[in-house]
Amino acid sequence: MALSTRESASELGGGLRPPSDASPQELRGQSPRPDAASALAPRPTSLWRDAWRRLLRNKLAVGGGVVVIMLVLIAVFADFLAPYSYTKTNFGRLNEGPTSDYPFGTDQLGRDMLSRMIYGARVSMLVGVGAQVIIVLIGVPIGALAGWVGGRMDIVLTRFIDVMYAFPRLLFVILVMSMLGSGLLNIFIAIGLTGWVGIARQTRAQVLALRQKEFVEGARALGARSGRLLVRHVLPNALSPIVVAITFGIPEAIFTEAALSFIGVGINPPTPSWGQMVGEGQQYLRSSWHLCVVPSIAIAITMLSFTFLGDGVRDALDPRLK
Amino acid sequence: MFQFAISRVLWLIPTLLAMALVTFLVMHATPGSPLDPVAEGANPLSPEAQRNLAAHYGLDRPLYEQFAIFVRNAVRGDFGNSFVYRSRTVREILADTFPVSLLLGSMALAVAVAGGLALGILAAVYQNRGWDYVSVTLATAGVAVPNFVLAVFFIILFSFVIPLFPTGGWDSPRNWVLPTITLALAPMGIIARFTRASMLEVIRADYTLTARAKGLAEGPVIFKHALKNALIPVVTLLGPMFAAVGTGSFFVESIYRVPGMGRFFVLSMTGRDYPMIMAVVLTYGAFLAIMNVVVDLAYGALDPRIRL
Repeated sequence: MALSTRESASELGGGLRPPSDASPQELRGQSPRPDAASALAPRPTSLWRDAWRRLLRNKLAVGGGVVVIMLVLIAVFADFLAPYSYTKTNFGRLNEGPTSDYPFGTDQLGRDMLSRMIYGARVSMLVGVGAQVIIVLIGVPIGALAGWVGGRMDIVLTRFIDVMYAFPRLLFVILVMSMLGSGLLNIFIAIGLTGWVGIARQTRAQVLALRQKEFVEGARALGARSGRLLVRHVLPNALSPIVVAITFGIPEAIFTEAALSFIGVGINPPTPSWGQMVGEGQQYLRSSWHLCVVPSIAIAITMLSFTFLGDGVRDALDPRLK
Repeated sequence: MFQFAISRVLWLIPTLLAMALVTFLVMHATPGSPLDPVAEGANPLSPEAQRNLAAHYGLDRPLYEQFAIFVRNAVRGDFGNSFVYRSRTVREILADTFPVSLLLGSMALAVAVAGGLALGILAAVYQNRGWDYVSVTLATAGVAVPNFVLAVFFIILFSFVIPLFPTGGWDSPRNWVLPTITLALAPMGIIARFTRASMLEVIRADYTLTARAKGLAEGPVIFKHALKNALIPVVTLLGPMFAAVGTGSFFVESIYRVPGMGRFFVLSMTGRDYPMIMAVVLTYGAFLAIMNVVVDLAYGALDPRIRL
């Protein structure tokens, strides 16, 4: 859904990033040829330091980054921050709106919404990072192999990737989830199994382009073996699109978890997840709107922050601006 | 060109077969069976009853045989009986629900294309000024915020606070408004972002400069010269867009109680309704794959520079 489209949008986007995002000075300062750049620039900088400087200049991305850091801190220190246990019920005070002892109100079982929101952040962040680990571990090797070995291996892997790509993504995640059963680990697996395709395509395209380059030829001439060439020379140079894919993959995974939990095949209760809270609160929308609205706002802010950060990272790393 | 079209269409067959096979394997490889009791913790059926049921539905045959039977029947459009809704065939259920999903999806896509193009053009023409920020923010929000979250906000705003539209149902066009807009926002945002990027590129091109230099007014420059060329990359988006609209509709359909295909999907998954799962996955998959082919061909037709 939104999933596959966001992914393919970022992927397709690589081809037609507008040069407009760069200010004129920036374009003038950066020469298209790296050797000339060092002559013009005040001091030599690495790709990453350059990107970092550009990222810091992007206000939206910095704002997004600050929110993301806060969310990570909330997730890490949830045990200290939450005023109540996320399972503690208070049947005297069900579905209550915000009060002084329950700042976000209570849910349909009289549990503190604030505490559940705090622990929900933990689930979101874990899924965002955990799923990316699996995606990278599957996608990068497959893409690299297809691009590096080439020939029949490439044809077989590319066909496989194409078939996986044709799958409606969220559909497949739901399929895998309903088969594996709910739970955090299964969410990692389901998202990982279905999400590696985009990164594999990116990696393959990068490796294909890089294997022709002179520095690879040079390393080969110096006697480097194929495996070493790939790991030490080609992959490090293919890193920036992979990093961009990861930054967009995180909100996608968070979205997927929320969506799964929303329809009830994600996180196991009583562990709170924002998506699940929206799903459960939905039936009380008319009487106790806060049940639904509080987690909805949290999801919206999280997704926006990651997207702004991702946009910033992409613009900062985009080779077209260099 | 013709050869390319034929080969693309022929590739659909192995793609769909592979899709069916993967779905089939995932479905069968995992624990749980349609013979398990539906209620949690209920006593299982007696072994004899399970055997009889398995024989009736052909579940006792070897997997490869089951798959072959499935493919043979599916080619004729026969997906068997639903395990969950026993009195109806899968084909009947799809015939009832698919048109509803298709209508919702088409309306959403139409809104998305119209809105996305308008926002994208505005943003590009007024680059780095008010309209640009408004449209980029709207587009980013549309892309980033999940549609079930949007749905919650819309229901509160437009059903409770300002009672303009009903909270759900599908009886009259008034019910269609909120689901359509909810579903349209994500693809609209994507189209807007792409249109903006591609317009900006084209506006800088030499032929746009020429058009301006020969004294054309801004209107014809934007719409006759720039937009036509800027649209080409946007067309490729429409393929993945169908997927977004198609799968996004689960949530929208369940929140707004739309009697479409999405609702059945989750139910069929959790109920191990094998025939239904296969049919739904393949319907979406086939639709998506066909749309991708159509878009590819349209791309070639639109842009003569592209040799297929």
